[in-house]
Amino acid sequence: MTSPHSSHDAPRQSFLRKYVFSLDHKVIGLQYLDLSLVAVTTGMILSWLMRMHLGWPTKAIPGLGAVAPEATGGIITPEYYLSLMTMHGTIMVFFVLTTAPFAGLGNFILQLQIGAEDMAFPRFNMMSFWVTFVAFLVLLAAFFVPEGPPLSGWTAYAPLSAVGKDAGPGQGWGQTLWVISIAIFCIAQLLGSLNFIATTLDLRTKGMSLARMPFSTWAWFITSVIGLIAFSVLLPACILLLLDRVAGTSFFVPSGLVISDRLQPHAGGSPLLWQHLFWFFGHPEVYIAILPGFGIISHILPAVTRKPLLGPRVVIACMIAIAFLSYTVWGHHMFMSGMNPLSATVFSVPTLIITIPAAIMTLLWIGTLYGARMRFTTAALFCLGFISVFVSGGISGFFLAQPAIDSYLHGTYFVVGHFHFVMGVASMFGIFAGTYFWFPKMFGRMMNETLGKWHFILTFVGVYCIFMPMHYLGLAGNVRRYSAFTVDYMKGSVPLHRFITVAALFTGAVQLIFFYNLFRSRFRGQIAPTNPWEASSLEWTTSSPPPHDNFGGQHPVVYHGPNEYGVAGKDGDYIMQNSPESEPASESAA
Amino acid sequence: MNSLSLESRPEPARTGVWVGIAAISMSFAAYTSALIVRQGANPDWVHFRLPPILFLNTLVVLASSVTLYVAPVGRPRESQLAELPAVRARREINWLYVTLGLGLLFLLGQVIAWRDLSSQGFTLASSPSSSFFYLLTAAHGLHLLGGLGGLLYVAHRVARSSESQALRAYRAASLYWHFMAALWVYIFVLLAVRI
Repeated sequence: MTSPHSSHDAPRQSFLRKYVFSLDHKVIGLQYLDLSLVAVTTGMILSWLMRMHLGWPTKAIPGLGAVAPEATGGIITPEYYLSLMTMHGTIMVFFVLTTAPFAGLGNFILQLQIGAEDMAFPRFNMMSFWVTFVAFLVLLAAFFVPEGPPLSGWTAYAPLSAVGKDAGPGQGWGQTLWVISIAIFCIAQLLGSLNFIATTLDLRTKGMSLARMPFSTWAWFITSVIGLIAFSVLLPACILLLLDRVAGTSFFVPSGLVISDRLQPHAGGSPLLWQHLFWFFGHPEVYIAILPGFGIISHILPAVTRKPLLGPRVVIACMIAIAFLSYTVWGHHMFMSGMNPLSATVFSVPTLIITIPAAIMTLLWIGTLYGARMRFTTAALFCLGFISVFVSGGISGFFLAQPAIDSYLHGTYFVVGHFHFVMGVASMFGIFAGTYFWFPKMFGRMMNETLGKWHFILTFVGVYCIFMPMHYLGLAGNVRRYSAFTVDYMKGSVPLHRFITVAALFTGAVQLIFFYNLFRSRFRGQIAPTNPWEASSLEWTTSSPPPHDNFGGQHPVVYHGPNEYGVAGKDGDYIMQNSPESEPASESAA
Repeated sequence: MNSLSLESRPEPARTGVWVGIAAISMSFAAYTSALIVRQGANPDWVHFRLPPILFLNTLVVLASSVTLYVAPVGRPRESQLAELPAVRARREINWLYVTLGLGLLFLLGQVIAWRDLSSQGFTLASSPSSSFFYLLTAAHGLHLLGGLGGLLYVAHRVARSSESQALRAYRAASLYWHFMAALWVYIFVLLAVRI
């Protein structure tokens, strides 16, 4: 799918080149967003199935038995529950939280914000989308192989992920497809990150110094650096795992391992090695998901508060600090893996330190809100929602960061509540904020604000009803990854689980408002002006949607930073980045 | 894009290669740490003598880097970029074909090393040390094959026109090739020390 183009199109192109194998970053950005829309719907349906089973484990789910032979008679077996969990996590983390905010929104907006015509390597860009698409198909194929999808979680812990079908249904072909899919995904992300970095470094228009780059561009740039390093490590890890599975090597499988009464034909491998390699990728991955959100919020807040963002340089410094620290904390996922307690302390300290830049940034956002004449658009509401869930989820991080407390909370619903708030919901709110904000630029039409506000309010209440009680369950000792709570001490948690299930079904259904708004506005929405939000960055200087070459043959020249709000400009209380009018005194130092 | 002055433009191809070098270095750092951890994890590490042909291969890949460096077409000064005479470019491109030949010879040598090792009973799965041997050499070989493809592509472009964009792409591809040679030296030393 693509946006309509104006007269500054490239030479007439075939249908395939224009809409399918397009080299235009805007079309590719929308392709990524469409892919993640399919992925998020799939992932959400999987979570519904899990939630329904957790609430009423003995009741059959109508129709499930027909589509999933693994769930006999529509009742989810413990193994199939783990398969659903694995696929939910994998799809959401890789194909939604990595794909939508970074590859999708970033691809569409970054070049517009720096005044470039396209990516540095448009062919790589196209390849990276189609490689991602193939990775998604390979992953989905795991649903259709004998024995079904894998069940070792999105973290694919060895040795269960490394020994083949002895480890359970889905651990044969299903797990092999999982590894191949993630390896392919790594290649796509490496191509994408490389492109983002080269584009940001080399294709900025005249006057667009690093200091004048919008916050969202900074965030995508930093995310691409994190992604480049993280996926460079996950790819080798996947190759090692694949070799253990198909070539009989023993990187991760220890000696004398008996699974399903069979001595495994491997020896000497280190299961902890997988965890180290995986989490060296896995923790930065959390920031790959959330950092674009930081940037989007920092970009939108000035436009909706009509005030400059407080401490703009500090916000960028915080993002860089978080990126750096994200590589020093991976061991906090492994406090309970039997590693040396001294190592646990070593990983605990940077984990606590990383909360400092995150807290500074949050305070700066809140400070920006202080005294603002807020324009409560839907995008603004999602920014506020982002701050709220980021704080709520972030606070539970303090507890988990300490090995002594984590030894109790590890593997409970406390962790599930924590990372869904801070990584899942906060990132999603960032995506929503970005979508409501940039939709007019993408399609030349406005989204319906009334529907948008209902979408926000109901989603906001819904996610709190889902994930807040999980913290309570975790404190009560309710373990995660169980498909039913039949043990005595956990029976008492079932009513709360039912409440969460109802909230999850409700919140999922609310997303239909978003879908309706998205598709209806795409074709029937009110026609959008060039700059509907009176924002200052370059994407708002070109038509909505932008022409094929972004600026209609022009090369914008930049005179200001992106943060010139609350000043007397010729267009109102802001100054466009490309406006040649003189700089206000406060910015003259820049 | 073309309306910008070529002289003042940065070189995305070169930036791209540098970023690629960073990513590949990170991958091999991951392999290296896996090797060290795996070797320390259990006493089942089998030391064996590296196939002697690897010394020759090392010389070949270093020579290929040198032949690429001596071809001035690969490293024109900024002022020459726009005006390198087409005839000269075509003549100097012959050095590139020498590099390509040496690259293929290197890969052939690696295959011979594999055969040598497997004839001694060291296969991919037979011991962790041989696993890493095959893994590292194969990973490097694949990256080098990519470099060969890249060099062939830019040679084709330069042979058709010596415009500055083609020369810049050539420079970027050369940078990648030199990195491949350096990476091999690193892997060779790692294997020699650990295996």
